[in-house]
Amino acid sequence: MQMNLTKPPLQKNPDLRSWALVALAAFVWIVLYNIIQPAADWLAYGLLALPHGSHLGESLAFFFYDVPKLLLLLSGMIFFISLLQTFIDTQKVRTLVEKRGEGIGNIMAAFFGAVTPFCSCSSVPLFIGFVQAGIPLGITLTFLITSPLISEVAFVMLIGMFGWKIALLYLISGTTIGMISGFILGRMKLERYVEGFVYDIKPRANIDLKLEEKLTWSDRISRSWVSAKDIVGKVFWFVIFGIAVGAGIHGFVPENALTAIMGKDAWWSVPVSVLIGIPLYSNPAGIIPIVSALLSKGASLGTALAFMMSVIALSLPEAIILRRVLKPQLIAIFIGVIAAAIILTGYLFNLAM
Amino acid sequence: MLTIKILGSGCANCKRLEQIARKVVEETGTQAEVLKVTEYPDIMAYGITSTPGLVINEKIVSYGRIPTPAEVNTWVADALQSADSSLTRR
Repeated sequence: MQMNLTKPPLQKNPDLRSWALVALAAFVWIVLYNIIQPAADWLAYGLLALPHGSHLGESLAFFFYDVPKLLLLLSGMIFFISLLQTFIDTQKVRTLVEKRGEGIGNIMAAFFGAVTPFCSCSSVPLFIGFVQAGIPLGITLTFLITSPLISEVAFVMLIGMFGWKIALLYLISGTTIGMISGFILGRMKLERYVEGFVYDIKPRANIDLKLEEKLTWSDRISRSWVSAKDIVGKVFWFVIFGIAVGAGIHGFVPENALTAIMGKDAWWSVPVSVLIGIPLYSNPAGIIPIVSALLSKGASLGTALAFMMSVIALSLPEAIILRRVLKPQLIAIFIGVIAAAIILTGYLFNLAM
Repeated sequence: MLTIKILGSGCANCKRLEQIARKVVEETGTQAEVLKVTEYPDIMAYGITSTPGLVINEKIVSYGRIPTPAEVNTWVADALQSADSSLTRR
């Protein structure tokens, strides 16, 4: 209410103005998206005069096309995903999940975990906040698994490099992994492995969490703009680096070089990839172009996706942060169950595709 | 005199929020102390589920995102106003 008062009275309809800006940006976006392919070809084969079909020429044309394409996709789609996210926050999720039991609660937590943005520094407040509200441990863990596992950046990168089907497959399998692992963890009665202080924290009685704000479309649009700029700025170098490495592999590594070690028939490749991926952390923007290149050299889809999921969902830094609220036993079980679920998913895809 | 608290365990977003708060205080010449609350039990006493959180005179004005300097400015002005009116009422 206060915020509306401070707006200049001249702009009678800031919402309309914001939407007009969005439309203008969309127009520029479409124009740009349609000129990057000819521009990349011109740069590689015209300006740099590299012969068609040469390794270097192909690698560079790939790089010049993919970098702007992915950056455009990321800016555009992250903007709209952020717009969607202005309607949901973890506080609302907590109120919605609070009254549910296991089962339905897990499904809802997985769904909301997928759509809310994840920041590893928020995982502890989130955990404590859910426990305070009396939400069962398994449901809380479902949220804590799905939220990092499903990342909006990964989703957009997958659309850009693999297409809609694989991106959807990632969404569905990630949410399912969160639901099932959380449910299993909930059944295991692990409450005693939660640090005791978590149960002692009581919110002050006089705290009013209702923020005095009513968001207009104009507010939502400007917030999404800021957050899209922020996210794309953060992943910019990961995209450049990932695509550079991917382009190198694309142009120089022989076809089928990886069939023997990452192909369908190497049964041990799924667990090995997942184990390697657990301690590692990379931004999804950096890992997906590399995964895509591996795929084109004979790695199988299930193995590649399992590797990617374990890199983005589990990491040493995340485990260290969770150690503040979870005892080592629970962290070990937590990682074990998620790793097993990811391995299973990898095998399923290798079998089905 | 305002008390501004930044709730957060010290991640990058919390530091950015702190910078914004300090800048607003400095630029507007507001009498305020900016405190960091970094211990989880203290943060969670405010009942938020995502950080960073911003508290002005014990009132939560934002959490889970980094507000713009303009927004912080509005909240600081509001807090000053309500502090003034409660003084005159006395």
